[in-house]
Amino acid sequence: MANKVFHVMYDDDQKLLHAAEKLVAQGLRVKEVFSPFPIHGLDPVIGVKRTRLAICSFLYATTGTILSILGTWYFMVSDWDWNIGGKPNFTWIENAPAFVPVMFEFSVFCGAHGMALTYLLRNGTLPGMPATNPDPRTTDDKFVMEITTEDNPQSAQEIESLIRATDVYELSIKDY
Amino acid sequence: MFKESNIRKPLILGHKTYHDITQDIVGPIEGPAPKQWKIAFTIALIVALYGVGCIMYLVGVGIGSWGLNKTVGWAWDITNFVWWVGIGHAGTLISAVLLLFRQRWRMAINRSAEAMTIFAVMMAAVFPVFHMGRVWMAYWTLPLPNQFGSLWPNFNSALMWDVFAISTYFSVSLVFWYIGLIPDFATIRDRITKPKAKKIYGILSFGWSGRAKHWTRFEEVSLVLAGIATPLVFSVHSIVSMDFATSVVPGWHTTIFPPYFVSGAIFSGFAMVQTLLLIMRKTMKLEAYIHLKHIEYMNIVIIVTGSIVGVAYLTELFISDYSGVQYESYAFINRFSGPLAWSYWCMMTCNVISPQLFWFKKLRTNLVFTFVMSIIVNIGMWFERFVIIVTSIHRDYLPAAWGEFKASVIDIGLFIGTIGIFFTLFLLFARFFPVLALNELKTILKVSGESYKNDNKH
Repeated sequence: MANKVFHVMYDDDQKLLHAAEKLVAQGLRVKEVFSPFPIHGLDPVIGVKRTRLAICSFLYATTGTILSILGTWYFMVSDWDWNIGGKPNFTWIENAPAFVPVMFEFSVFCGAHGMALTYLLRNGTLPGMPATNPDPRTTDDKFVMEITTEDNPQSAQEIESLIRATDVYELSIKDY
Repeated sequence: MFKESNIRKPLILGHKTYHDITQDIVGPIEGPAPKQWKIAFTIALIVALYGVGCIMYLVGVGIGSWGLNKTVGWAWDITNFVWWVGIGHAGTLISAVLLLFRQRWRMAINRSAEAMTIFAVMMAAVFPVFHMGRVWMAYWTLPLPNQFGSLWPNFNSALMWDVFAISTYFSVSLVFWYIGLIPDFATIRDRITKPKAKKIYGILSFGWSGRAKHWTRFEEVSLVLAGIATPLVFSVHSIVSMDFATSVVPGWHTTIFPPYFVSGAIFSGFAMVQTLLLIMRKTMKLEAYIHLKHIEYMNIVIIVTGSIVGVAYLTELFISDYSGVQYESYAFINRFSGPLAWSYWCMMTCNVISPQLFWFKKLRTNLVFTFVMSIIVNIGMWFERFVIIVTSIHRDYLPAAWGEFKASVIDIGLFIGTIGIFFTLFLLFARFFPVLALNELKTILKVSGESYKNDNKH
């Protein structure tokens, strides 16, 4: 039997949230949800884990701090010890206060851009990528839940009857 | 779901649905350009082209075509730079600081305020870059390996900090803005019928599909970017103020500069947001989303920051006398009674006295008055920079070296030109980009939409 994919459309975010809670409680696995805006409270229901992007950002920013310390040390102390107004740069630490603005800015630069790039790459949202939402209305005012027979032990008929019991706006069933 | 207090006025007026929000914001993009837009765009473009002409002349002839002389080596160029950077600050403040404080009213204004930030910072960059004279050597400001010895830029200099601060600020603001735009571009992509436009918005939307995991990441990225953009906003204008504060020029060598510049920046930035949004809400029929409450909140920010600026003016005046340093003291006496006293009093009237009128609720909820005030504040803030820069240096330590400054045609042309370029970019944004963060607005519809609030009264 061919695998089937159910695209269950709701016309309200709360209807989808309640339906997802109900279906999950009945043992169904919701594969994906497509919505025009974030639905708060949905992630734990359908099993989306908390993202670790903030940790990435911290790591990128720390890298930026280290690079800027190395950079200022090399440019201002090691390669050519600048003597400004009779105040030479013999050691990095003595001049560190003057480098704080650059260290801060470079840390923010790396933290922000590193995280933004990671975000785009992890999402697979890059220039020219094709859209994968099952229905164009999901970026306007409709909310779609994707359920597949592959993920669930129940038969297609069982899944359909469970879905029909929720406040469905439209249901499309496709083979894949 | 979180319910907002019924005492608070709704943020979205009228009986809107999710689809209405899409329709109201994407509708104007799909239709033909209105006549008013075409007229405004033509005027802006002509002024912008004049500005480009002035820039080309400046590059060809050199910085001598400005009104600078041996005493006044910094004048309109740096005044305009600080003015534009200051204007830029409101955008990030609205999108980052207000996001951290969970202020929902920011959602109606953050997109256009951020666009304003980006364009304003671009205009700001024009001045230091072209002040270099040999603009093709602008990359010398970066620490790149070279064959001069090696010769590195001076990391002890506030001007070098500025290179890092402004470029970080510009690029981070741009990324923050664009990440918010991606889902909205996807909405346009899925709606628009013209094949060419569909393709362009398809590329711009990066294939966004609104998956649950992506939205989780989106919210996390927005929050973290807001968290790191907040200190960035404060650092950028602090560093700009250090261009002056780390010098030994009387009138510049002041420790009060960083907080005073930051509040001044927010003050002028909000004024510019008011100027732009009051026109935009009217011409694009966005009154349901940007209404009196938003205008009033922004006016309150203007009173607060305007008052901080006023206190800073008086503090530096007092300290100049209290310091007992005659050069410092004279710099300030010269400001309010010297040959450029008119600019000082213009600044005082526009920035300190006039915003205090916003204490009257009737005035701060009056659209025409707000619009006039926003222009006055912007004029006042331009004069603030002019006063700090030109009046402090035109009479320096030796009276024999005293000079005057007269702006040349190119000085004026460059300033007017950047205003033209700014409005050209902003009008293009208003025509082709979603001017309100529509997907964010949808999240507050049920919490703060008029019809939902009234339904939920207990």
